Amino acid sequence: MPALEVEGLSHSFGKRSALDQVSFAIRPGSFTVLLGQNGAGKTTLFNLITRLYSNRTGSIRIFGIDVRKQPSRALAQLGVVFQQRTIDLDISVMQNLLYAAGLQGIAHAEAKRRAQTELARFELTERARDQVRQLSGGQLRRIEIARALLHRPRLLLLDEPTVGLDIGSRQGILDHVRRLCAEEGLGVLWATHLIDEVHADDQVIVLHVGRIRAIGDGAAICAKAEAPDLRHAFTKLTTEARAA
Amino acid sequence: MSVASLDHGMPGGAPGLTLAHYLRAARVIITREGLRFVYQRGRFISALVRPLVWLFIFAAGFRAVLGVSIQPPYQTYILYEVYITPGLLGMILLFAGMQSSLAMVYDREMGSMRVLLVSPLPRWYLLFCKLLAGTLIAVAQCYVFLAVAYWWEVEPPLIGYLTVLPALLLAGFMLGSLGLLMSSFIKQLENFAGVMNFVIFPMFFASSALYPLWRVRESSVLLWQICSINPFTHAVELIRFALHGQFALIPFAVTLGCTLVFLGIAVWGYDPGRGFMEARRGA
Repeated sequence: MPALEVEGLSHSFGKRSALDQVSFAIRPGSFTVLLGQNGAGKTTLFNLITRLYSNRTGSIRIFGIDVRKQPSRALAQLGVVFQQRTIDLDISVMQNLLYAAGLQGIAHAEAKRRAQTELARFELTERARDQVRQLSGGQLRRIEIARALLHRPRLLLLDEPTVGLDIGSRQGILDHVRRLCAEEGLGVLWATHLIDEVHADDQVIVLHVGRIRAIGDGAAICAKAEAPDLRHAFTKLTTEARAA
Repeated sequence: MSVASLDHGMPGGAPGLTLAHYLRAARVIITREGLRFVYQRGRFISALVRPLVWLFIFAAGFRAVLGVSIQPPYQTYILYEVYITPGLLGMILLFAGMQSSLAMVYDREMGSMRVLLVSPLPRWYLLFCKLLAGTLIAVAQCYVFLAVAYWWEVEPPLIGYLTVLPALLLAGFMLGSLGLLMSSFIKQLENFAGVMNFVIFPMFFASSALYPLWRVRESSVLLWQICSINPFTHAVELIRFALHGQFALIPFAVTLGCTLVFLGIAVWGYDPGRGFMEARRGA
């Protein structure tokens, strides 16, 4: 059963189409990159998967559970890191984590234990009592990922998680999520516009102006675009689409 | 019955959710709102200073100008300070409701609202918890105000401090629901200034908070009619009677009815399938 299955999903804002007949599936434990330029529809897709928006056409299933029909069960499988910062700056790191854990129904003592574990894993134990606004951008992102993992989701969605970070922080976050995927079998959908975040063996979904232009691993994308590397393939696929 | 033993209860019918989950979520939402209130000391101080300025300065100045005759629930002539105390309690609740509306819009713009909305709990319940948290904080402010007002000759019967609690909670729910409803309409933080001009001030001044309605009727029947249908008037009257150990049926019914209507529209507004969240594209 796919970790995430999207079928025939379309969405529009008024007359402007944001997504058009989007279909793809993600295997459990796989690292999938949703590659698209700004305005491609990545965030709209995320908002539909997380039910911030409601899908009127097509279907979204998380481990076989329809998001529209059983949102509570579907969302319980999901960890989300949004593009926009969603952490509360006024309270401490630990209070933010306990808040998120409580929303997922985790008992206080267990939530504290898991929060400490996650903070240790992200090497942020000593910042637990600090107010969030004292942290750097990279640390904030790591806290948000730690928070998304507290309820042990089976699928993690990350929407442009490295935007605005320096190269070291970007690489650190990417490596950590890849490790989670490899070692813990976590399915990952990583949305980005940065081609250098893609590995050769990742599944890549190229999204452009609301439509999927290509799906497959790096080699398959390059073959489809008849390009020597992914960068050229991506440019070709998105340029062709613009010309068409 | 312990929470653990209730783990198979599923209020709201959402499969997989337990009563313990609902309670834990309520606890963290209330705790978070409480922490934010404590950390924002300016908010606490201004919430307290605002009604006290009205009590100490406005009421003292108008004591001689605005005579209040004997009218229920009062059994004798009263000081003007005593008359406006329920109105000032209403003012605390009104500002707290609008403050929580502002906080919702801020949370939405800053993104932290998303964490709440993507949790597995039903959206109506999450909004209810936010409302409950805001109301509890507002009611606590009301009691601090009453404690200070006691030293200013505002001395309701002792039982009144107890009987006013449900009235404050209900009025707080109504005004919080109104704030919630407005937050689902307000697109940006900048639009919030309009709320002050078009909601808070008209609601407060066109009510029985500062002057009895019979006095308003003497000067303008139309204004009296407007004041009479203003839900804030009924919230204030509910508090006024409750503070003197009495129950006012019509204000109670109107306040309860308005709470249900406002909350219903707010929940509708935040529903991803029907409401305004998507139209705004801001979630």
